[in-house]
Amino acid sequence: MQSRLPILIFALIMAAIPFVPGMPPFWIVLLDNVGLTALVAMGLVLLTGVGGLTSFGQAAFVGFGAYTTAVLSTTYGMSPWLTLPLSLLVSGLLAVLLGLVTVRLSGHYLPLGTLAWGLGLFYLFSKLEFLGRNDGISAIPPLSIGSFKMLSPGSIYYAIWVAVILSALLTMNLLDSRTGRAIRALRRGHVAAEAFGVHTPRAKMLVFIHAAVLAGLSGWLYAHLQRAVNPTPFGAQAGIEYLFIAVVGGAGYVWGGVLGAALVVVLKEVLQSYLPLILPGSGQVETIVFGIMLVALLQLAPGGVWPWLMSFLPQRTGGKKPDTSLKLEQRTRSPGQSSVLLQVEKARKQFGGVVAVNNVSFDVLAREIVALIGPNGAGKSTTFNLITGVLSATSGSISVLGNKVDRAPPQEIVKLGISRTFQHVKLVPDMTVLENVAIGAHLRGHSGPISSMLRLDRTDEAKLLAEAARQIERVGLGEQMHQLAGSLSLGQQRIVEIARALCVDPMLLLLDEPAAGLRHMEKQRLASLLRELRDGGMSVLLVEHDMGFVMNLADRIVVLDFGTKIAEGTPATIKTNPEVIKAYLGVAA
Amino acid sequence: MNTTIMLFLLQDGITNGAIYALLGLALVLVFAVTRVILIPQGEFVTYGALTYASLAAGQMPGTAKLAFALGLGAFAFDLFAARKALHGRLVLRSILTNIVLPAIVLALTVYYAAQKPPVAVCIALSLVIVAMIGLFLYRIAFQPLAHTSVLVLLIASVGVHLALQGLGLLFFGAEGQRGPAVLSGSFTTGALRFTGQSITVYGITIAFIVGLWLFFGLTLYGKALRATAVNRLGARLVGIRTTLSGQIAFLLASVIGALSGIMIVPITTLYYDSGFLIGLKGFVAAIIGGLVSYPLTAVAALVVGIVEAFSSFYASNYKEVIVFMLLIPVLLLRSLAAPAVEEEKD
Repeated sequence: MQSRLPILIFALIMAAIPFVPGMPPFWIVLLDNVGLTALVAMGLVLLTGVGGLTSFGQAAFVGFGAYTTAVLSTTYGMSPWLTLPLSLLVSGLLAVLLGLVTVRLSGHYLPLGTLAWGLGLFYLFSKLEFLGRNDGISAIPPLSIGSFKMLSPGSIYYAIWVAVILSALLTMNLLDSRTGRAIRALRRGHVAAEAFGVHTPRAKMLVFIHAAVLAGLSGWLYAHLQRAVNPTPFGAQAGIEYLFIAVVGGAGYVWGGVLGAALVVVLKEVLQSYLPLILPGSGQVETIVFGIMLVALLQLAPGGVWPWLMSFLPQRTGGKKPDTSLKLEQRTRSPGQSSVLLQVEKARKQFGGVVAVNNVSFDVLAREIVALIGPNGAGKSTTFNLITGVLSATSGSISVLGNKVDRAPPQEIVKLGISRTFQHVKLVPDMTVLENVAIGAHLRGHSGPISSMLRLDRTDEAKLLAEAARQIERVGLGEQMHQLAGSLSLGQQRIVEIARALCVDPMLLLLDEPAAGLRHMEKQRLASLLRELRDGGMSVLLVEHDMGFVMNLADRIVVLDFGTKIAEGTPATIKTNPEVIKAYLGVAA
Repeated sequence: MNTTIMLFLLQDGITNGAIYALLGLALVLVFAVTRVILIPQGEFVTYGALTYASLAAGQMPGTAKLAFALGLGAFAFDLFAARKALHGRLVLRSILTNIVLPAIVLALTVYYAAQKPPVAVCIALSLVIVAMIGLFLYRIAFQPLAHTSVLVLLIASVGVHLALQGLGLLFFGAEGQRGPAVLSGSFTTGALRFTGQSITVYGITIAFIVGLWLFFGLTLYGKALRATAVNRLGARLVGIRTTLSGQIAFLLASVIGALSGIMIVPITTLYYDSGFLIGLKGFVAAIIGGLVSYPLTAVAALVVGIVEAFSSFYASNYKEVIVFMLLIPVLLLRSLAAPAVEEEKD
């Protein structure tokens, strides 16, 4: 996705800095701190900016990393290199534990929950005997390679920045992958992602662990840079600071984390050392100025500094079109013409006293287009949600190819070959059309997060993107493939949703008002696409208000009114059915 | 443990809990209306308390000058925002609220500070000063960000907290202060001694809870605020001035904060940075109340106060750990009870 050249240049510049003649050692110390902070901020970018999970507790994970190595390398005399994996492991495991408790929290509870355990853990650090209480642990051995000890800030500089650049690369690789798309979809709510098989709690847990491990790495480096740890840098204040570093830099961007760290660390240092010269006086003038600057910065660039800077660079439009010759495995289908694909039997859904769907029964056969129509509030979308597992029925049963799926979650339903679009478009607006559509193929890929980070997923990834590109071209949006989904018209976004649903390689396609917002020609193209799909062996169940569209397209029509099925039959019989006419037009005078 | 100690701890917990309840209410109010998680709430507490204590000690509090300076800033923001359509009435109104009012208060403060004013004057001045600070802060820091995400607002809130805390040190110094009791005297029932101060705390807390409940349930402004909380755009479309709602919310929050401060400063010594932790505990209560429910927040605050009192007796080292960890099970229960609704945010 992104070129590696700027990163290489950045790495070379960072490597050259210590060799600049006359570079004050003080600046090297500052850059060390920037690197340590950037690691944590990068984790937060993934967690908060991309995944939408706000955490105030990252400082605690830095603490876990730092204290693990501090205890093991002093009390037990272990080599710092041996404690590295252990530090990361401890941070990761505690992230699992804390994650189990907090990641489930929804909305605003989550940041507050992290604030709570962030504070709690800070007090725990400062009270536990074996962590040295408030005094902490000192005399931590330095990192060493052979007989070379990294005692000076200049020597550990390389360890820190190698860690930063490697972490940035791994994180960016992760984001640009099957797992990454699932993570990026998290922020837009879980219904759409789950409809395509993404296990959202697992994806949330993954980013949580990733962020914690990066923080743990920062803590490990911190312990060996300072060669002493105490609870202060792991408190709630620090946790809040990491978060605003990520926001100031640009919470959605990996390099925003690094930039934010540089800005904030340097700014604080400059304020601390120069402000007393300008404004002599007691107290924390620098905190005051810092606070004011923070607010001012947010007012000028609410999205963060990185995207603001990037907007000055020429926009690169377009991208490489995936090689569409690569093929994914296809579902094996039974060739039978009249087999029952979907059977809804006396499905009933009550919300309190409201019966949204009242004992509705119908079925969808193979190679058939069935339309579900009815006035507003007839229970059509609720029926869709029952079939796709978003809601579970109060009573009755739903089966797919003879298997009951009453209590199955959306992720299981989609595995059976049922995919859907939504009445209110649910795309990720800041992802390209191609990436959005590729989420549809989520279950057809197999690469996990680790292989994505290490770029071992490329053949798998290429096949997924090829499939996505094929479906985009099939629905006629090839031109828009590399545009951001949010920049498309609403009608086009609906079509993108259809392409995404097609990526599942479905047997049954559920379309919720696909023609709304389309122009006449576009509707005709959609109708011919759907016919083509049916002739290719797919079934379609659609909810639609455009009667002309439905009557010309559907093989069979099911009519709902106030949650109850009032008619079923071919378009011709439905048109003349007195019950239907009554439901739509009222009682004839 | 005997009953006396238990009753004593209970009483202590309820007094603290009442304060946390007030702060929790303010946080809920501000969050519901403006989506700002008001971390500077703690600063309103310390500003109120220390302004009151300074005045009572016959010192000039720096907060009055801050209110004046912020007023100038708010005026500048008003002018800048209205630069395309300046008209006399708007400018006049802005001058009156942002410049004339703080100037009068500053003059009064200077006048009274020199002569150790009575308690009532100290309270009134402190409340007005902090109320103005709250109001102008909203205008300067948060109103321009009103359209952004909760996260950005939160970070701005952190920035304001840092600046205010730094200013607090500048105004009041690093030493703690205590103020005179609002209501002196006491009476004893059985083993328990009720001071006038604690009775005041209970009374004011209850008055505020009832008052807020009436305000939101019965008045048009209260309903407008609730409407803004539910849907900003919708509220604007039916003619509610959402900036006004934000101002009212901040005004109420700062008054509540200052009042809480004035009520506790006679009981405990407050430092310039004490507010943060006190505010956080109000926060814990607010979260338990789900950031929406006032009665639940009040009850939760009492629980927090009591848990704190008992844990400081049994395990004083782990007092804070226990209070903050109290949140986790509550949050979990809330999350499980109300499964995530689809959130469309950006």
